Amino acid sequence: MSESFPGEIPANLLQLVSPDGERMASETADPWLDDVLAADLVGLYQDMVVVRRIDTEATALQRQGELGLWPPLLGQEAAQVGSARALRTDDFVFTSYRENAVAWCRGVGLTDIVRVWRGNAQSGWDPYSVGMATPAIIIGAQTLHATGWALGAQHDGTDSVAVAYFGDGATSEGDVSEALVFAASFQAPVIFFCQNNQWAISEPVGLQSRANLVDRALGFGIPGIRVDGNDVLAVLAATRMALHRARTGGGPTFIEAVTYRMGPHTTADDPTRYRPAAELEQWKAKDPILRLERLLDSLGLLSIELTEQTRGLADAAAAELRAGCIGLPDPEPLTVFDHVFATPNATLDRQRAEYTDYLASFDSTGGKA
Amino acid sequence: MTMTTMMRPTASALLGTTTDGGAAPRPGESLPGAPLRTPVPLAAATTLTMAKAINAGLRQAMLDDPKVVLLGEDIGLLGGVFRVTSDLLAEFGARRVIDTPLAESAIIGTAVGLAYRGYRPVCEIQFDGFIFPGFDQIVSQVAKLHYRSQGRVSMPITIRVPFGGGIGAAEHHSESPEAYFTHTSGLRVIAVSNPQDAYGLIRQAIASDDPVLYFEPKRRYHVKGEVSPELGAPMERAQVVAAGTDVTLLCYGALVTTARDVALAASDDGVSIEVIDLRSLSPVDYETIEASVRKTGRLVITHEAARSGGLGGEIAAVVTERCFDYLEAAPVRVTGFDIPYPPAKLESHHLPDLDRILDGVDRALGRRR
Ligand SMILES: Cc1ncc(C[n+]2csc(CCOP(=O)(O)OP(=O)(O)O)c2C)c(N)n1
Ligand SMILES: [Mg+2]
Repeated sequence: MSESFPGEIPANLLQLVSPDGERMASETADPWLDDVLAADLVGLYQDMVVVRRIDTEATALQRQGELGLWPPLLGQEAAQVGSARALRTDDFVFTSYRENAVAWCRGVGLTDIVRVWRGNAQSGWDPYSVGMATPAIIIGAQTLHATGWALGAQHDGTDSVAVAYFGDGATSEGDVSEALVFAASFQAPVIFFCQNNQWAISEPVGLQSRANLVDRALGFGIPGIRVDGNDVLAVLAATRMALHRARTGGGPTFIEAVTYRMGPHTTADDPTRYRPAAELEQWKAKDPILRLERLLDSLGLLSIELTEQTRGLADAAAAELRAGCIGLPDPEPLTVFDHVFATPNATLDRQRAEYTDYLASFDSTGGKA
Repeated sequence: MTMTTMMRPTASALLGTTTDGGAAPRPGESLPGAPLRTPVPLAAATTLTMAKAINAGLRQAMLDDPKVVLLGEDIGLLGGVFRVTSDLLAEFGARRVIDTPLAESAIIGTAVGLAYRGYRPVCEIQFDGFIFPGFDQIVSQVAKLHYRSQGRVSMPITIRVPFGGGIGAAEHHSESPEAYFTHTSGLRVIAVSNPQDAYGLIRQAIASDDPVLYFEPKRRYHVKGEVSPELGAPMERAQVVAAGTDVTLLCYGALVTTARDVALAASDDGVSIEVIDLRSLSPVDYETIEASVRKTGRLVITHEAARSGGLGGEIAAVVTERCFDYLEAAPVRVTGFDIPYPPAKLESHHLPDLDRILDGVDRALGRRR
């Protein structure tokens, strides 16, 4: 833990761009952004606009009956893009269900993002081709998986890093505490990236923790960074600091990205039952995209061409998502038996054979032969 | 021997105050049994959905016994994701309707401690697939404490679990984990199928001095039925829901409705089916089953849960042992396959439906192999 580390960990919220779009200097964080040029700022901006559009389109697809369910990430674009864009391709992320902007940044195909939510499969993509695990719906489970992956990377002598994404609610699960224990004990190269979006379905973060979530990490012997999760530059810097520590043998870091779930928990949820409208209004003023737009504007980068080009990218992504989603063929009935085991299984083979015969017993009109 | 005489004198000397409070209360001393009182708020028969019927049963149990407390995720303001606990927070307050942090092991484990102190906790597990973080507490503590304490400590804990598929949900939201619990000695297991039973059995479950797993078929939550303020038959009794003479069809939970439809369809075909709603999965009411099988000589058992190691196999074995001379054919199981619950678009192939159960009836009648 005494591994030399450039700069102090900020005790307070790390913020580099104010809600008004003003760039604030930070001795600690600025050195981590030396190489971030105008083109990179524009890239982050376009990522965020595109993922918001993808998210909105997916919500619309759910409303139209094309998806069974969708967990919106509205409001969390900076937390997800800023962290995911700090990673290398040989790093590996373990997420929950809401990290669809992370998936976008990792290069997951748009149709693959909605495959699960359309009910076609239990996973959308090949984890190895994008360095992103099958999302965990069981809250908190993936923090242990990330820790184990990191232990493997450590054993293998590589400097690849695992990142676990999880929510404020997840911090209450035993699995998460156990992951922190293992990561600290073995100094595993893992980042615990907690998106504190203030809510776990209807439960406010105050029910999960009396202290700032980041303060928990200290008790486990893990250094923490509390970062403005709606500030993409601050998130990028914080993630880079943590990555550097992990790559150079300094062990795990806990990042609390303070953000807000602006939408419902999922399309099945009605947040008006449990949270005040004023809260949403407050957070709208801290909107992550608006903020970056203001910064770009102040830097003279927000040209009409850029706005239009970005809208074009977003529209194209939405169209691709919609077409890909609607075009997904229904899975074949007998695939219900696929992939249960890696090796042959006589019990299941027999059930498949019986069901094949059963299906064949219906005549072509669907009636019993 | 009282608690105080068991205390080590050195400990009280050290702490100074050990005996000041007297012995810890024994539940039996502070709790006058588990009263099932009238009058009830359900003044007369009313038409209710199953969700509302359970809500009414919970409410009555809370009125009857101040030691009844509810614990769960999102059960307060939101009223639970299925609204089963709607309005109970407003009526009974946050000390009795407890929105817990997001941790199932803690929900069950703290219920154990509350039970030690004479409370009757009712835990809500949000979805079937989320019971597993609490599995250790259920299997090692809730189920065994009465035995381990040689009967000194009882665990009057009710664990409510929305279960089963058919709602097109995401993974871990459609499971049928009942056999894990029927395999665990020390637990009672109930599965309800209609609003009236849901009402009567939740009250009986809460009043029981044994721990009860109470499974609620989530695809029937919104089906309405007459509910009178009756407790109904004892919870360990099965119920013949359609009388018949040719085949005995055992079912529980959501499939009871399907099984009734099967009986209707078969009667068109001249086959008389006796449908039995098990209600209690542990213990199983073999008296009722045996009486039926001695009459019909043929047995079909259906459940959504996977076949191998499921309840159907156990019941088939017991019936074969006890009614061998009466059986005209081998018992038939119509169940989910031995697969993880499949994605929504494939669930209709996994779930037993009218046609598959009819096919099973045909096999029991020797019409098919
Ligand atoms: C073990 C487990 N328990 C309960 C749930 C139901 N559930 C799904 S999301 C959720 C809230 C999660 O909140 P948080 O960790 O803050 O993540 P967010 O949804 O805000 O992204 C709950 C309780 C679950 N998926 N897994
Ligand atoms: Mg949250």
